[in-house]
Amino acid sequence: MIANLFAELGRYVIWLRQVFSRPENWSMYWRETMRQMNEIGIGSLIIVFLISVFMGAVMAVQISYQLGGQLIPRYYVGYLVRDITIIELAPTITCLVLAGKVGSNMAAEIGGMRQKEHLDAMEIMGVNTAAFVVMPKIIAAVCVVPLLVAVAAAFSMGGAFVASVPTGLFTVAEYVEGVRAFFEPYNFFIMFVKAFVFAYILASISSYQGFFVKSGSIELGKASTRAVVFSNIGILLADYLIAILLTQ
Amino acid sequence: MIRVESVYKSFRDNEVLRDINITFEPGKTNLIIGRSGAGKTVLLKIIVGLLSPTKGKVWYDQIDFFALDKRQKRAIRMEVGMLFQGSALFDSMTVEENIRFPMDMFTTKTRKEKDKRVNYCLERVDLEGVNKKYPSELSGGMQKRVGIARSIVLNPKYLLCDEPNSGLDPKTAILIDELISSITKEFHMTTIVNTHDMNSVMAIGESISLLYMGELAWSGNNEEVLGTQNEILRDFVFASPFLQKVRDFHFDS
Repeated sequence: MIANLFAELGRYVIWLRQVFSRPENWSMYWRETMRQMNEIGIGSLIIVFLISVFMGAVMAVQISYQLGGQLIPRYYVGYLVRDITIIELAPTITCLVLAGKVGSNMAAEIGGMRQKEHLDAMEIMGVNTAAFVVMPKIIAAVCVVPLLVAVAAAFSMGGAFVASVPTGLFTVAEYVEGVRAFFEPYNFFIMFVKAFVFAYILASISSYQGFFVKSGSIELGKASTRAVVFSNIGILLADYLIAILLTQ
Repeated sequence: MIRVESVYKSFRDNEVLRDINITFEPGKTNLIIGRSGAGKTVLLKIIVGLLSPTKGKVWYDQIDFFALDKRQKRAIRMEVGMLFQGSALFDSMTVEENIRFPMDMFTTKTRKEKDKRVNYCLERVDLEGVNKKYPSELSGGMQKRVGIARSIVLNPKYLLCDEPNSGLDPKTAILIDELISSITKEFHMTTIVNTHDMNSVMAIGESISLLYMGELAWSGNNEEVLGTQNEILRDFVFASPFLQKVRDFHFDS
């Protein structure tokens, strides 16, 4: 099993060299990258919106519940929601969800191209298929996912506001004071580092799973599942490492 | 000209091809025939470089293909057009985008020149007016013709077709055969067609190689097929009672 793991890792590294080789035609790669950006970015806005709004709402309600009846000022709810969102939940939860939505889609799309001989057809035309099919996806993901994470952070804080202020958990003034309290711009740096790394992980692992899919619909399903599972494991592992590196 | 020289191919312990020597000549429709599992597709994939032989060489004119580096192989591949069994048209692109794709990727032609070439190729395969349609909107035969149009768009020297008639009705299959044959003559290409369709064998088989259990069992042309004494070829060609009757009628008359 360990030997298999190293073999797979070696194949992944060799494959990455192919992926990041010089494009045959920059304009075609540019066009493909734009298409992918649209698909990943615009295509994921609704799910990111829904998840982040509810994430913020639940966080505000539960933090209020836990801090209720204690001597801690109520504006701390806004402060905690802001920092937990920026440092952890916006990048991690958003990317875990995107690994499910975008990652499985990438694996299925590339795997389908492999099974329907589209990749063979391109290869015979002289196209570096690993580069043409995968590189635009990775570049698009590392450009767009950090923006989605920033949007998720904003929506999450909005969700916290909507769920708490009208229901009387705290006032507008308390929430605004909390959101502005003890602000540390460095936390945004952590958020964007996480978003960037997670985007790379989910795009590259998912594409890898699709690229080497074997024939048959069952294999395609397995590749799609592996894409999500391995991306999630990679994201959580990277989350821990980044937390150690950037906060110690 | 494409020449396959002493090619062997194994997948682990399973030897799929043994000592294959065939020369495919330009201007002719060269057929590779054989039963399913005989090694036809593996041989075609070796010829085009999607698989490497365990042993042996593939020559494109005077060039040993497997001695080339990646960049040189790509240069050779740009002279190869290939029609796949399932057409392999890109679903997300329209017909004209599919045909234009090799030009977009590898040429510096203007949009106007590309469009002119796309229209010429579509005209050549009798498919005018479908430029803006998606592959899913076309019938199987039309998809095959778009596949042929895409494979000839860069004026290839070599055309490879993997079971071009599979899944087509007999009439459409004949049209595709005639198209491949006429294009081969017109552009003086080296064409290799991988098939087990006996209509194709008799209609366009100017040079035929029969593979049987990974070995070259017979070679000749369509005129030699009916009178062959080769048991393997006879078993393959006259497998159906109908064709046996045709043969008997042929010899009786």
